[in-house]
Amino acid sequence: MKRRNFLSLTAGAAAATGLAACGSSGPSDTSSNTGSGSADAASYWFLSGPPGEPIRQGAVDRFNKLGQGQIKVTTFQNDTYKDKLKTALGAGQAPSIIWGWGGGGLKSYVEAGQVDDLTDWFSQNAAVKDRLFKASFGPATVDGKIYAMPAETVQPIIMLYNKEVFEKAGVSAPPQTWGELMAMLPKFNDKGIAPFSLAGQSRWTNMMWLEFLFDRIGGPEVFGNAYNGQKDAWSNPAAIEGLTKIQDLIKANGFVKGFASVTADSNADQALLYRGKAAMELHGSWSYGIIKADGGNFIKDGKLGFFNFPAVEGGKGDPTNTVGNAGQYLSIYSKASDKQKEAAKNFFKTLLDDTEQQGWIETGGVPIVQGSNSKLASSPDKDFLNFIYDVASKAGNFAQSWDQALSPTAAETLLENIAKLFQLKLTPQEFATNMNAVIGK
Amino acid sequence: MAWPALVAFSIFGIIPLFGVLYLSFTSWNGLSQNVPFAGLESWKSVLSDPGLPHALWVTFLIMALSWLAQTPISILLGVFIAKHSRYRSVLAVLFFVPLLLSQAAIAITYKMLLDPNFGLGAGLGLEFLQQDWLGDSTLAVGVVIFVVSWQWIPFHSLIYQGGVRQIPASMYEAAEIDGAGRVRKFFSITLPQLKYTIITSSTLMVVGSLTFFDLIWVLTAGGPGDATRALAVDMYQRGFKATLMGPASVIAVILVLLGLGLALLVRRLGGRDAAESQLEGA
Repeated sequence: MKRRNFLSLTAGAAAATGLAACGSSGPSDTSSNTGSGSADAASYWFLSGPPGEPIRQGAVDRFNKLGQGQIKVTTFQNDTYKDKLKTALGAGQAPSIIWGWGGGGLKSYVEAGQVDDLTDWFSQNAAVKDRLFKASFGPATVDGKIYAMPAETVQPIIMLYNKEVFEKAGVSAPPQTWGELMAMLPKFNDKGIAPFSLAGQSRWTNMMWLEFLFDRIGGPEVFGNAYNGQKDAWSNPAAIEGLTKIQDLIKANGFVKGFASVTADSNADQALLYRGKAAMELHGSWSYGIIKADGGNFIKDGKLGFFNFPAVEGGKGDPTNTVGNAGQYLSIYSKASDKQKEAAKNFFKTLLDDTEQQGWIETGGVPIVQGSNSKLASSPDKDFLNFIYDVASKAGNFAQSWDQALSPTAAETLLENIAKLFQLKLTPQEFATNMNAVIGK
Repeated sequence: MAWPALVAFSIFGIIPLFGVLYLSFTSWNGLSQNVPFAGLESWKSVLSDPGLPHALWVTFLIMALSWLAQTPISILLGVFIAKHSRYRSVLAVLFFVPLLLSQAAIAITYKMLLDPNFGLGAGLGLEFLQQDWLGDSTLAVGVVIFVVSWQWIPFHSLIYQGGVRQIPASMYEAAEIDGAGRVRKFFSITLPQLKYTIITSSTLMVVGSLTFFDLIWVLTAGGPGDATRALAVDMYQRGFKATLMGPASVIAVILVLLGLGLALLVRRLGGRDAAESQLEGA
């Protein structure tokens, strides 16, 4: 066994170098710190890949030239990052600046005493706070205190569709209601096109469907009750109806064949959409940037359409409601040195400057800066950007993604059960029972 | 002389083992710096969790089926490449290639090849290859076993090659004089003489299969649902996804005990003299 481990280790190292060269996996150290790598430089970990990586890197590069401190960058893939960060926090080796999604994850860091309270800093630097979307501070706040700097873009979950495929299947317009959506499934399936793309192996992708169905059928309080620890909240009739509806959609071949083996990290789900193998996809607004980067002329040729999640007949929820990320979040590691914390705070003041805002806009993102819509008009992507700005700013309720809102323990149980629900291995009632058991955990 | 090895083994083997044992009695969430003691709480929660029998079943299924798939092929390949001739040396090098790749790289490659929409089946237009390989519970287990075997057969072939080369040529010469054919020689000399090599190789396969993680993780992430959620994957999900370090440590302790138990069992099955020198096949 020893020998075998040794062999796989050496072989692993060789292949890992090969992979890093492709830039498809593994962490890469792209320090832009030209001076001596001193301990005073604040470390900053964030997600790699398009569209965000070059913009985040650019913001750091500009800051490092100001002489207000140095920041050293390491990038990771999404799922790798989440695990790496948890391990680093547990080992007391976390980066000075922690990139995250706020909500339940941030709450668990706060409870473990790992991140600094920024409430006072924000009141001293009101200008930093006041220019950002108010809604973006929700997931940054735990028990009335602010523990993170909201950053980057607002990312609601939206429906994307392939106009060319719609034409081919003889479908004139996107569905306005759940009934219309169900009715158009055979039209696509008859043409051998999957109605919906889905990266099911990643599980949170499946979850987005439930987030919308629960909300459209019963309003935001259906999940809100579970979040607030109300007993048997998952057995709410609206929840059961939503769970039943999603299984009906799966049984009607609503999703692409083999969706359970597609991962979101490889962006294969967006590829299904722009290659015409799937007609629609429910995904975060960041998909636009991915399709723009990877999808060739798909967007340029005007083939991408988008709409908000349809209403459900008889549902109580406001159809303007949305879910997703109200922003991304940067926290300061409590064990960072004073110099590193100082650099981090100075860096926060420079975030979302005009260059960075322009960068996000170019990738199809709406910066969380008040009035950033005035910058959208000159963008070639203005239709999409205005759509996102409207969805985000006119939403009756902007809910946070469930797995980010819940504690990691409850979120993992949720994702496990969602995977089984989508495999049709659990009935809606069984799902509700399993989830009721972890309410408040 | 043995001191440096002993020190290294203690630091990297023994001490972490006791660390995990200790963690299994805590309710550490993996994030905070204080580690609260929780007694038997984690043990109770894991042992009463229906996820544990399932993970054990998946682990044993992969272990047994991959042993069944690897052993005959490895023996035949080992016997084949043991003979000295130039083209066999070249082939032996080719057979060895899968072992040189990392499990993660292999898993990524297979995942791409098996993709129902963009993979080999779709690319070549072969209907039978366009299965939902990793999205169907039964197929996914099959794929894991296939990929594991594909990677490890070269290694075990190498062990068997060594074993075959130790068999004295005089035994074959004697058999030939008695008029034994190739098949007879294989079953009457080669296979019995390889008994201890089979035990060594099987121990490695069985104990090693407990540690299958990276391959399963990249290929299926334990899915679809929990179809390929073997013990090591279960441990990882509890520890690093759900931040339940206590229960994850319980699984780790169970893995250690299972590994020890299985290693002893395989040796017992092979007879008490299995560890003794087999020179000259005496």
